Amino acid sequence: MKLKTATAVALAAILGASPALADMVFPSLSYRTGPYAANGIPFADGYADYFTLINERDGGIGGVPIRLIECETGYNTEKGVECYESTKGEGSLVYQPLSTGITYQLIPKTAADGIPLHTMGYGRTSAANGKVFNNVFNYPANYWNGASAIVNHMLEENDGDVKGKTLALVYHNSAYGKEPIRTLEELSEKHGFELKLLAVDHPGQEQKSQWLTIRRERPDYVAMYGWGVMNATAIQEAANIRYPMENFIGIWWSGSENDVRPVGAKANGYKALNFHGVGDDYPLYDDLKEHVYDAGKAAGAGDQAGTVLYNRGVYAAMLAVEAAKNAQAIHDTKEITPQQMRDGMEALEMTEEKMAELGMPNFGPSFKVSCENHGGPGLVSVNQWDAEAGKWNVISDYSESDMEVVQPLIDEDSAAYAAENGIEESCS
Amino acid sequence: MLYREVGDFKTSYKADGQTFPIAFDRYRYYAVLLIAFALVPFLLNDYWVKAIVLPFLIYSIAAIGLNILTGYCGQVSLGSGGFMAVGAYSCYKFMTGMDIWLPFGENGESIQYALPPLNIFFSVILGGFTTALVGILFGLPSLRIKGFYLAVATLAAQFFLVWLFNKWSWTYNYSASGQITAPERLLFGQAITGPSTEPWATYLFCLVFVVVLALVARNLTRGHLGRSWMAIRDMDIAAEIIGVNPMKAKLTAFAISSFYIGIAGALLFAVYLGAVEVGEVYGIQKSFLVLFMIIIGGLGSIFGSFAGAAFMVLLPVLLKNVLVGQLGWATDIAAHLEFAIVGALIIVFLIAEPHGLAQLWRVIKEKLRLWPFPH
Repeated sequence: MKLKTATAVALAAILGASPALADMVFPSLSYRTGPYAANGIPFADGYADYFTLINERDGGIGGVPIRLIECETGYNTEKGVECYESTKGEGSLVYQPLSTGITYQLIPKTAADGIPLHTMGYGRTSAANGKVFNNVFNYPANYWNGASAIVNHMLEENDGDVKGKTLALVYHNSAYGKEPIRTLEELSEKHGFELKLLAVDHPGQEQKSQWLTIRRERPDYVAMYGWGVMNATAIQEAANIRYPMENFIGIWWSGSENDVRPVGAKANGYKALNFHGVGDDYPLYDDLKEHVYDAGKAAGAGDQAGTVLYNRGVYAAMLAVEAAKNAQAIHDTKEITPQQMRDGMEALEMTEEKMAELGMPNFGPSFKVSCENHGGPGLVSVNQWDAEAGKWNVISDYSESDMEVVQPLIDEDSAAYAAENGIEESCS
Repeated sequence: MLYREVGDFKTSYKADGQTFPIAFDRYRYYAVLLIAFALVPFLLNDYWVKAIVLPFLIYSIAAIGLNILTGYCGQVSLGSGGFMAVGAYSCYKFMTGMDIWLPFGENGESIQYALPPLNIFFSVILGGFTTALVGILFGLPSLRIKGFYLAVATLAAQFFLVWLFNKWSWTYNYSASGQITAPERLLFGQAITGPSTEPWATYLFCLVFVVVLALVARNLTRGHLGRSWMAIRDMDIAAEIIGVNPMKAKLTAFAISSFYIGIAGALLFAVYLGAVEVGEVYGIQKSFLVLFMIIIGGLGSIFGSFAGAAFMVLLPVLLKNVLVGQLGWATDIAAHLEFAIVGALIIVFLIAEPHGLAQLWRVIKEKLRLWPFPH
């Protein structure tokens, strides 16, 4: 009873503190603990640092300061729900949970609460169909674009013919890892390669048997949909069986420094997809250094700047800020609501000039969001790890994925969701 | 002065055998019920229900379930997470319309029959019954093995069940992601599952389950069945000699315990989370969580199940809100400290009071009986 009273007092105090109205609230459902922390930390740092920069340099978005609320989820859905419920009342403008599991929880909840959800390169792929998923966005690329890009890379290396080749997919045995299977099956039928599926259970440290299979069957290519400790473990196992690294391609969630560094020189040549720039050779970083790092306002330990996932956090925050600016312009108001934020996201257009203006030239692909397409064009590049230099090299341009295969799958899956939940497709 | 039998005369066997024989205890119980049913629903908001009250109620059911098996019957189980998954997945199948494929003809064609989608209330109950059947199945080894060896056998059940729900696509209606998502279901015109539920509706729905199941458990453990469980727990050979049928006692304990745990799993999925993935939500850590609840709350006590569930659900949320919300600490430090504090408190509790929070409560009650004249 005592405990309950104490909780009641503590919580009442928190709930009682009413939010200052003049803020723009961006919640960050981050994870700095648990088996996925190695990947969660850089993203959360980048996300926070970009908002800090906007506050420090520009005094907020259109003069309205940003308030970032960080909430630790530990990549756990129950904690994610707690975080969502505790932050939604604060006037949160957009949620980016960086977890496919939490995304599945939040899709119906945010729809009911009218808050947009941006799952950049993760989440439910068919949310790209904005006619069904009114408030969910997954631009600029989704899991199925990634699957197609991996196959395209295979095609490119084999002069357009992969008949008779085998591709093994090592995947996190969860909604996230299972996403690309349907697409890869369709693609294997189309191009005549053989697909092998190897599931790895949460958290992913146990992969001996999967790699024994790969060692025995020697597939021509291995694709990976991994996250957290699973990535480094898989790359280590691949090195152990001397699998040729240049034939090992990870999705963008399996391509950060924290995944390849533990393996050392043996990880050299490992490839991963990406949908934004790598490194810190952008004018934006000068601003970040001046206003954030040197001012001692960097999030976390401040040692992640320029890493792949840090850049992704920066990119996510940048897209959110641009969408918020859009929303301010469309609705001609400084203090936007989540619903107006949604309109801003749906009208988002990123061009090369705009990126250059923001100090991020050629950082991401140009794309335009529309009501029909919440997923962007799915332009994806391939990066390769150079272990000696300790950096990722971009080895291909942003290239298109096979929308001929991906689009019907998106339509089919979103139609199934619409039927299940009684949603009528509309663009209003 | 409080909790005294003195002056509380019983004039019939019925009165003597009632659930709460002490008058003060009984009135306290009625008061708690009255507050829970008549007052709390008006005070709840989304955050309180979704972050605190629902998990507390649901884990209480799971803890009572495991307490029946481990606390009353002495059979250690590490399979609670797996059994909760059975409850959740069978509830999902019943609420979306169970499809049954019957083989037909020689070339392996099959015909599909589909049950109509059942009401959410009955889906949850049927989820419990399905889990009870699975529980009996995995309880069979308990007839031959005991203690740690049985714990390992139930651990196998945990891993097998999680694997099964990942592998067998029929259980998640062939969805590409392997996730199960609860569609909106109504009870008396009020949405119980799905995104647009009212806080009070989900709360009352779970509360009804909790109250009925706790009352049934309390009375089961006071009756013939409960006594035979406790006899088996205290010394199985002696129990057999005085005429307790060990097979019946152990299997009923497994069945009833699994029924409770299955209902908790179904509610966790359908009402609380709305969408689950078996490996993440019903993994081994869930089995440990429920086990910790009953160890901290007190083995062999219904009140202990509630106290343990409250401790394990509320403490992390409280710590988070104090450290991050009030003191403004970094979220990762707070999260790590949370582990350390909860861990340390568990150790302190077990040293200071090995019989759990329930024993603490008993001691307080004894003191209150004598208060204010302790001599």
